[in-house]
Amino acid sequence: MHSLEIINPGPLSLIQDLGRFGATQHGLTQGGPIDLHAYCWGNYFLGNDMSCPQIEITLGQASFKAHNNLLCALTGAKLNAQIDGQPLSLWQSFILKKNQLLTLDYPTHGLRSYLAVKNGFKAPKIFNSVATVIRDNIGTFALKQGDMLSCSPFLDSIQAKSTAYQHLIPPRFLPQYTKKINLRVIESYQEKQFIAEDKHTLYHYPYQVSPFCDRMGCRLTGPVINSHQINLISEPIANGAIQIPPNGQPIILLNDRQTLGGYPKIGCIAKIDLPQLAQAKPDTEIHFIKGNLQKLQQEWLRFVRFFNLPF
Amino acid sequence: MITVQPISEDSIILYFGNEISLQITQTIMRLVEQLTLNSPSHIFSEKIKQNILEVTPSYTSLFIQYRSSQLSGDELSHALQVWTHSSDLTGQQFESKTTHQLPVYYHPEVGPDLHYLTLRHKLSQEEVVQRHQQTDYHVYAIGFAPGFAFLGNVDPHIATPRHDSPRLHIPAGSVGIANQQTAVYPSDSPGGWQIIGNCPLSLFSLEANPMTPFNIGDKVKFNAITRNEFLQLGGIICTHWK
Repeated sequence: MHSLEIINPGPLSLIQDLGRFGATQHGLTQGGPIDLHAYCWGNYFLGNDMSCPQIEITLGQASFKAHNNLLCALTGAKLNAQIDGQPLSLWQSFILKKNQLLTLDYPTHGLRSYLAVKNGFKAPKIFNSVATVIRDNIGTFALKQGDMLSCSPFLDSIQAKSTAYQHLIPPRFLPQYTKKINLRVIESYQEKQFIAEDKHTLYHYPYQVSPFCDRMGCRLTGPVINSHQINLISEPIANGAIQIPPNGQPIILLNDRQTLGGYPKIGCIAKIDLPQLAQAKPDTEIHFIKGNLQKLQQEWLRFVRFFNLPF
Repeated sequence: MITVQPISEDSIILYFGNEISLQITQTIMRLVEQLTLNSPSHIFSEKIKQNILEVTPSYTSLFIQYRSSQLSGDELSHALQVWTHSSDLTGQQFESKTTHQLPVYYHPEVGPDLHYLTLRHKLSQEEVVQRHQQTDYHVYAIGFAPGFAFLGNVDPHIATPRHDSPRLHIPAGSVGIANQQTAVYPSDSPGGWQIIGNCPLSLFSLEANPMTPFNIGDKVKFNAITRNEFLQLGGIICTHWK
């Protein structure tokens, strides 16, 4: 049954679930939501399993029409959203009735929105995941005008009243997507081969998010970090790895990264901090802070357990 | 000397050395097999095998992402340390018996860098082709893009560095060289390798089972074919190199 129609996909709307695991051996990257925090809250508001697929909408400017009554949630970037012209609150569940139009404007803060529905959107699975990776031509193609997405219709209006609006996000978990962010670094990979002065540079000077950012990686600009003294045989790349190419400008590799790469890496961004980078517009100021592995593992575990993630 | 290092909250990497060698590749693939859920090997516990999310082999390293809510990094690292000290390392090595025969049309019209290689290495076009196709290659890694198999080792007389600036578009099937490595681009892609020919076979398809014919450790042979044979096999001559 077709239930949600894409009236306008905006610059980029993609189906994403938690990502594709176990296929990097074939060269397939993981994909999945760039902002895992916003994505998880979307499923949480609907009582969904965390693997229920959602639409990741980059830079808003999108609209969707319901063909059945749907229970939905919209999280992520701060923007003006409306149902048939009436303002809609983000970060909570709501009912989109048959024939109603949901519209998203350009975000004032952040980049990416997540539209979740009760029980998730249906899409064909490849390697046990519906995650779309455009670079690999894998998954549903980028959504376009007129596409219909199947999802479970939400039939019972009494059930709707009792289910909707129940969950609210505690204010301390509501992200602000500020123009200045701190990212904690787990030093790993070739970190011992970077000289002390360059590590000092990384932690003591701000870096800026450049316009050259996508789901594959986020290029930063700032003081040069030398890496040409490091010779490396191509090796596997973790999500959030901080790669330092010969020009000394860091690239943080994200969900759609290449599976193997030959540039030196100084470590990884803490997983719990990556959602802030996922929402960072160009010119956002980044401060790197040296992180503690054990402490960050505990923070990550709290997140995993709260949302009952299969990680 | 094999080392195990944490990479992030839920991943570790093993380094097997600093030199590319078939022996290291075989050791890595044997470990990959032993970590697989259905492996008959009991070197690793069921608990470990069940809680591995991702295993990514490369030339001299192996990346493992694990389910950190169920398995601690210390427990996994310890089991791997024990494995590195076990006699298993010197035992029977994993060895692929598969050889892939890949037809290649070597010609400047599908290999725009062929001419550059003849100038750089002071060889005729025939000599460059001969040196590329007479080598028995092995698959050392699969990655970068789906089905992209890194093959080695290229004859040192034709080994050539990448372009300084990558091309924006390389057509599927292009056969390239990057230093001692060679590969076939399975799909249209940007890329910086030196392109000397084109293989008309489909090497990656989501509909195919398996999606890509290659496994790490497999042998690969290239066989030169004529323009007519190339076209009969479905080869396409790209006229818009960028």
